[in-house]
Amino acid sequence: MLYDVIVIGAGVTGSAVARELSRYEANVCVLEKCEDVCEGTSKANSAIVHAGFDAAEGSLMAKLNVRGNEMMTDLARDLDIPFKRNGSLVVCIHKEALDGLKDLYNRGVANGVKDLKILSREEALEMEPNLSENVEGALWAPTGGIICPFELNIAMAENANMNGVDFRFNTEVEDIKKGEDGNWHLRTNNGEYVTRYVVNAAGVYADKIHNMVSADKMHIIERRGDYCLLDKTVGGHVTHTIFPQPTKLGKGVLVSPTIHGNLIVGPTAVDLENKEGNNTTAAGIDDLIAKAGDHVRNLPIRNVITSFAGLRAHEEHHEFIIKEVDDAPCFIDCAGIESPGLTSSPAIGEMVGNMMKDMMNLKPKANWISTRKGVKKTDGLSIEERNELIKQNPAYGTIICRCESITEGEILDAIHRPLGARSLDGVKRRTRAGMGRCQAGFCSPRTMEILHRELGIPYEKITKSGGNSNIVLERTKGEVSGS
Amino acid sequence: MKTYDIVIVGGGPAGLAAAVAAKEAGNDSILILERDHELGGILNQCIHNGFGLHTFKEELTGPEYAYRFIKQVLDLGIEYKLNTMVMDIAADKTVTAMNREDGMFQIPAKAVILAMGCRERPRGALNIPGYRPAGIFSAGTAQRLVNIEGYMPGREVVILGSGDIGLIMARRMTLEGAKVKVVAELLPYSGGLKRNIVQCLDDYGIPLKLSHTVVDIEGKEHVTAVTIAEVGPDRKPIPGTEERYTCDTLLLSCGLIPENELSRSAGVQMSPITSGPVVNESLETNIPGVFACGNVLHVHDLVDYVSEEAKRAGQNAVKYINDGCKNAEASDVIELVATEGARYTVPSTINKSRMDDLLTVRFRVGDVYKNSFVSVYFDDERVMHNEKRILAPGEMEQIILQKKKLDEYPNLKKITVKIEKE
Repeated sequence: MLYDVIVIGAGVTGSAVARELSRYEANVCVLEKCEDVCEGTSKANSAIVHAGFDAAEGSLMAKLNVRGNEMMTDLARDLDIPFKRNGSLVVCIHKEALDGLKDLYNRGVANGVKDLKILSREEALEMEPNLSENVEGALWAPTGGIICPFELNIAMAENANMNGVDFRFNTEVEDIKKGEDGNWHLRTNNGEYVTRYVVNAAGVYADKIHNMVSADKMHIIERRGDYCLLDKTVGGHVTHTIFPQPTKLGKGVLVSPTIHGNLIVGPTAVDLENKEGNNTTAAGIDDLIAKAGDHVRNLPIRNVITSFAGLRAHEEHHEFIIKEVDDAPCFIDCAGIESPGLTSSPAIGEMVGNMMKDMMNLKPKANWISTRKGVKKTDGLSIEERNELIKQNPAYGTIICRCESITEGEILDAIHRPLGARSLDGVKRRTRAGMGRCQAGFCSPRTMEILHRELGIPYEKITKSGGNSNIVLERTKGEVSGS
Repeated sequence: MKTYDIVIVGGGPAGLAAAVAAKEAGNDSILILERDHELGGILNQCIHNGFGLHTFKEELTGPEYAYRFIKQVLDLGIEYKLNTMVMDIAADKTVTAMNREDGMFQIPAKAVILAMGCRERPRGALNIPGYRPAGIFSAGTAQRLVNIEGYMPGREVVILGSGDIGLIMARRMTLEGAKVKVVAELLPYSGGLKRNIVQCLDDYGIPLKLSHTVVDIEGKEHVTAVTIAEVGPDRKPIPGTEERYTCDTLLLSCGLIPENELSRSAGVQMSPITSGPVVNESLETNIPGVFACGNVLHVHDLVDYVSEEAKRAGQNAVKYINDGCKNAEASDVIELVATEGARYTVPSTINKSRMDDLLTVRFRVGDVYKNSFVSVYFDDERVMHNEKRILAPGEMEQIILQKKKLDEYPNLKKITVKIEKE
């Protein structure tokens, strides 16, 4: 089969592009090397919707950040994504650095960020009482927000899929050649795919994919960031997203509530040359804990429930590269998508969608579905609403994840939907089952039972997140069959 | 929904013993709410023996021990609901729960007994660096997979933490044909019972490395190796002491946390030391009519003590209801203080007027003490001085107070428990 477009990567960028392309009459396929969407940088980041004051004036990064931020309200409504504009504060703790805050304000205004304001020490402390004693002033950006990064990614992919986009998982692109037929031939571990156009949205692997077709070599540096996620009991320690003043290594260690009510602290910034190097290190976590206390007082770091690391796909010019490759016509890069990539993703999708509509002369689909409903959540429902739901489906009466109060009904919904969950992590990112303070100790065996029952996956083949990440190895001795 | 005098949250050993005692004390309106599909709680997966030596003077397995109580619950006709999750306990003792059949329902109770047990400290709370692959389990989760589901997590095992479940699982995995390479313990002493170290590690030649921790986990998809290192007195790894073990499984047995989310949201006052409710001599929390027992109150190492404690909670709940649900007189409250080696006491206050003739006070020590004394002071006077060859954090200690002894001290305000060298 000849595809019109193949998108490489089902992270937030690839999924946004796929959703925009799904508006048009075109055969689109997304190839993803992992077993699910949202498996790379998209799953391990600060989960912040940036206001847009940080990126350099006039840069594509600045433009797409501000545009993505603007788009987020409608997108979250249309695709049922948890999102809140909690506002962000860049906190200055040294008098001599107050000028830097002013610079940031001016840059933000130039970038088109709305409603920015410089706050005095008193105003900042009134807004956020747990700021450091040393606060001298702060930049207030009310358009800053917090979002569920999994849901954003999953929702865009699901919506693309509902509109006819194919997703092929566990499919890794090994080589790309221009065929004599003028089409791109993609060699994968799952056979050959042929397409007229390619969109490279491969995250930290975008250089590898780009370099398969171009003589103008690209280099992505993996910039690792360690994070700590704190328990919901301390999720209200701050109510806004608290940034330090930025440095050349990035926006620094932030402290923020998450959209689900935890507190997130991170990231560090360590440059690597390892595309799979998302392991945490003792030094990284120590560094994080040391830095996080600078801007927020009495940080309850002992309430950590998990730590993790993500890799930013840093391109040396610190700019998004979104364009047709000069020496590879019909091959479009979306590379260097590091922070504010999550925020920018809807705008990246829009930009690439428009670009390809013109390039390919695409016609809009008559019956494009613009909305998608997420997994029906039960948390916060009244007794009457719950009982109505349980009457329709008794599975909503069984709690599987006690920490996050996730019912069996929600897990079934996550499994039986477009691009449904097939692993423990897949269930977790769609429902939050296993994301609470016991970190799946209680619900893993129960979720495994449901995956086994619903999808017919043998226990030994049930994975944490695809590949060789099987949870159990084999039957115990007593269960040897045929004896 | 039917109403009940006493709602017991949890049908494990604590909830079962409390229910039986309450019924035997004369109350016929008791409901046990259990989230699992059978009564018995964690005992159902504890298929090893060693339970019941104190209570039944014989060695039982966990399921056998549980069944002794389940049978009494059945014989006494005590009501229970399975697969039922308690979602909320209000300060007015309205219990909100949910299951498939009844949906979500509320029961206004006269007394509530908290018996939710505890959970294991997960990897995330330990800040262990490295990758986050499959193959990392808390020991209890692995125990469930092996003993209930019938599946082996892996073949080559490293265990971090020497809590009792970890020790038991070292033996269990070995018996199932796995190779347990090492048990690493951060502290300079084990968190488990001495008998478990002997019977589960020593007997199988499994090394226990005290003052060691995990400093790296390798494996992108599944665990492939774990590196441990010795730690100094500051509990930080000492560079150069790293030892790498290839393995496919890492089990964690690094402490148990009483499961008190429901208690907290009800407004129950908590102890920062035990992470359980602060209770008086009746095992009653700061909310009159709300009692706590078992591992939700403080983590026990012997289920026999859980049963004994829960029995008192059940009896006291009935007494509270029979007394017209009134607050106890607070005029003669004696404070219990743990200090100098003793970490906490349960209970932490005594209303003398409600005290039984004998009151068991349980506590744990914060370090290993050899040839020392457990001393009890009534205000400033030492009234008890019991020599102990060894005291260790992994073993719960107890003293027994006599009411008639307390009566000899009419102005007594404070009872202090401490560990003394002489």
